[in-house]
Order: sequence, then structure tokens, then C-alpha cells
Amino acid sequence: MSQNADLTLSRPKAPALPTLRLPRLSIHTLVVGGVFTLLALPLVATLGYALATSWGATLLPDGLTLKWFLELWSTPRFQLAFARSMLVTLGALVLSLVLVVPVALLAHTRYPRLDTWMNGLVLVPFAVPPVVSSVGLLQLYAGGPLPLVGSPWILIFTYVTIALPFVYRAVANSLRTIDVKSLMDAAQLLGATPFSAFFLVILPNIRIGVQVAVFLSFSFLVGEFVFANMLVGTRFETLQVYLNNMRGASGHFTSALVITLFLFTLLLTWLGNRQSGHAIAKDANA
Amino acid sequence: MKRLLPAWLWLMPFALVFVAFQMAPLGWIAVSAFQVEGSWGLGHFQEIATSPFFRQAIWRSLEISLVSSLLGLIIAVLACHSLTRTSGPLRRWMIAFTNMTSNFAGVPLAFAFIILMGANGVLTLALQRVGLIDDFSLYSRTGLIVIYTWFQIPLGMLLLFPAFAGLRADWRDAASLLGAGRVAYWCHIGLPVLRPALAGTFTILIANAMGAYATVYALVNTSYNLMTIRIANLVSGDLFLQPNLASALALILVGLLAMVTLIQQWLLRRSHHVAER
Repeated sequence: MSQNADLTLSRPKAPALPTLRLPRLSIHTLVVGGVFTLLALPLVATLGYALATSWGATLLPDGLTLKWFLELWSTPRFQLAFARSMLVTLGALVLSLVLVVPVALLAHTRYPRLDTWMNGLVLVPFAVPPVVSSVGLLQLYAGGPLPLVGSPWILIFTYVTIALPFVYRAVANSLRTIDVKSLMDAAQLLGATPFSAFFLVILPNIRIGVQVAVFLSFSFLVGEFVFANMLVGTRFETLQVYLNNMRGASGHFTSALVITLFLFTLLLTWLGNRQSGHAIAKDANA
Repeated sequence: MKRLLPAWLWLMPFALVFVAFQMAPLGWIAVSAFQVEGSWGLGHFQEIATSPFFRQAIWRSLEISLVSSLLGLIIAVLACHSLTRTSGPLRRWMIAFTNMTSNFAGVPLAFAFIILMGANGVLTLALQRVGLIDDFSLYSRTGLIVIYTWFQIPLGMLLLFPAFAGLRADWRDAASLLGAGRVAYWCHIGLPVLRPALAGTFTILIANAMGAYATVYALVNTSYNLMTIRIANLVSGDLFLQPNLASALALILVGLLAMVTLIQQWLLRRSHHVAER
């Protein structure tokens, strides 16, 4: 860990800086290095544990190995949990796009007041803690005409509502960058139906915004635990619930699981940021 | 779209799902909290107010949220201030890293802290050997404050950094030309400019901590008494399920969050009035 801190500390010394400001700079670099160390500690320790053959009462692990990762990835229960998480997350994202894109389109073209409304509505899932929502969801859908509790469906529908802030804002923002009305009119003048004009002209134009929303909400939904555990639990075990149920397992095994989940989230966030980077580059070129 | 169906009909599927899975559960909570054995009443709120157990849960939630938000805010302020004075590449790299750690939350975070600071954790053993600590428990109040503070720091930094980046160097130069020292600069320029951002960030951190459930559940299951733990246990525990009591407690939690936001707005408005005078 001290090696890490040294790395960051030595970094800013490389560029030639005015000698007068150097002492003050190093204090600030020290603070940044300290906070970095603080934030990196749990991650580094978990990574070390996941790669260690054994790590007893010593400061450093005895040896390095990939066997915990290989063991995890070949566990059928992990593979199933992974597949279930993908199913629920992809289902929720597809459904939320199908539901939200028409709303964003109409808010942009026909009902400007609707946009104000939606901007207020998207705050609700942010403001209400998941524990609170799940109290109501459990009572409403445990029995009665829609007994969804315990099935993946309730997760899909609930995830649609909590992904709404990301999805709506991203779609609405990308619609703002194009002239929807002229594009629709032009396509229809050339003989397209409103439907094909939407799918062949509007949708390709907002594709990047939609992709950014998908990647960001994907990583957010894969990390969701509260709804998954309270509404469904072991009846449809997703990745986070699986991790929680593995608390009795070897620390090396769970560390490999934690690192795997974290790397997966990082990959999705990176893909999302890369897409938005492309969008900015494209705008700058235009 | 005109020819196919009336346009507003395209809004209906979304409205249906949002009402059924977001608004209706909230409505159910607001109604059932006031339902005592089939009739309207404040019985559940009375029960919570008179029960030492529930009062402890509310108190501990407030305590942990306030302490961890304050610690997180202080560390985030120091880090952001130092970040504005470091070189461009280091700054960009650190912001990317902060963004990365802000994704690290919930159950994985609890497991990482067990590895690091649990009874046989790497850091616990190292600090014990040096003699810095003798009995630290991650599963105690101190332990929870440590882990809450950890997840508040990256969030606080991400929310505060834009405000710090907005402090312009020529303000500092102008102040020092007029004879202001470092303290005077911060009292009269730096802090007043940052105040809305600081207040807003503090509110978000408190809300974040008050509503947190996954980390603490993965860490202590139900053995530490917090509001979110009690609410969840009342609707999905193994013993007596009391959904109406859970609704009342959930309503109190939402009320506390609303109150924190209102206080912040009120303070902000008051500071604007002072500024205008």
C-alpha cells in the first residue's frame, strides 16, 4: 500500500514547475495522496486477498494465484446468478427504453409542459430510499390480482422506475441536439410513415445518447441489492444476493467475487464514458 | 403519429408502470401508516414514539448519518481544495479514480471492509501489531461510522469539485492585492461562494446515509439497530410481520429526509437575503 502512495507522490514532480511554488504544491499532493490511499485501501486489500494463496497473520500474502477466480467462474451457482442478473437488467433496460422514448419524444415535440413534469418525476426514485419503496411493493404485489413478489417480473418493473432518471435525461438530452420536427417532416415528405420515420431517422440520430444511458444504468442496476433481496431473494438469486449469501464462504472466494463484480461495473462505466466521449468529439467536429 | 393513435395514448404504458411500481407503493405506505386494526389512527406513531427500541433506531440512524456526513464533507473539502492546486494530469486521474470508487458500494463494500478491517482483517492485524488499536470492531458504532464515512468521501468529492473549480484565481489575487490574508480570503470570499454547494452536498450525504441499507445489512444483518434495518425487518423478518408499523417508520424516515432538505433550502434562502442587503 505504501508503494501505491509513493507512486502518486512522485508523479507530479515530473513536470517542470516554478521552484517558488513547489513546497506548497507538495503539501496538496500529500493530501491528495492521503485521500487516494484511504480510498484505495479496501480495494487493494480485496484484490490482494483474491489473488493470495493464503494470507494469514502476515503483512503480505504468502503467494499469488488465480485459482480463486477460476474456481468462482466455474461455479454453476455463480454462472446462474450472473445469467439471472443479465436477464433482469437487460429486460428492465429494454422495457424502460420502449416506455420512455415515446414520452421523451412527445415531451420534445408536442407537450413542452410534459418535460417539466418528467424532470420532477425522475427525482422521486432518487429521493425515496429503496427500503421504503419495497415496503409498499411487498404489500401490493405479495398476493391479490398481481402476485409478482418472488418472481423476476417485479424486479424488472421496479428497475424500470429506478433507471428512469438516467434513461429519461439521456434520451431527452440527445433529442435536444437534433431537429426532430424537420427530420420527421422531411422523412414523411419522402413517403415514410411516422413509424418508419421514427425508426429509420430519429432513432439512429439519438443512438449514442441511448447507449450512454444503457451502459450507465446497466452498471447501476447490476449493483442493486435492496430490491433484489427484499422482493425476490433466493427465489431468483441475482449476483448481489448471491454475494450476500456467500458470507460463510472462504474470504478468498468472496474477494474474487467482489473484484469480478467491480471490474464488470468498471467495464460498463468505461464503455458508457467512451460513448459520451465519442458524442462530444462528434459534436465538436460538426 | 397523428394518423395511428391519439398522441397522448403513447404516454399511457409509461404512466401505468410508473404509477403501479413507484407512486402506488408510496401511496400505500402513506395510507397504511395511519391504519390501526382497520380504522384510522395514530397508534403506530405512538408505538414508535414510546418504544425505546424504535427511538434508539431513529437516534442511531441520525447519529451515524450526521457524524459520517460531517467527516466525509470535511475530508472531501480538504481533498477538493488540494486537488485545485495540483497538476492537471494528477487531478484528472484522481477524479477518474474517485468516480470509480463511488461505484463501489453496497454488499461488495461491506465484504471489502471485512477483509480489510474485520476481526482478522489485514489492517486490523497490522494496526494491532504496531499497537495503535487494541479492540476495534467493524460491527460496532465506530466501525459503521468508518465505513459510512468511506462511502461519503467519493460522493462528496464528486459533488463539491465543480464548485471548487469555480473559485477563480483572480479573486484570490484581487483579495491579496487589497491586503486580505488567507483567513480573510476564506471568510469573505471562499466560503460564502462555496456555501450553497457545501450545504447541498451535506444534505445529499445525510440522505445517502439515512437511506443506506445494503452495506450495513451485509455487515451486521439485523444486529445493529438502524431505521432502515428495522423497516426491512418488519416486512421481511422471520418473526412477526407488521407492515403497517413498517409504513409508519418508513414515513418517519421520508419525513426526516424532507425536513433536512427544507432546512437546507431555508438556510440557503436566508443567506441570499443577507447577501442582498
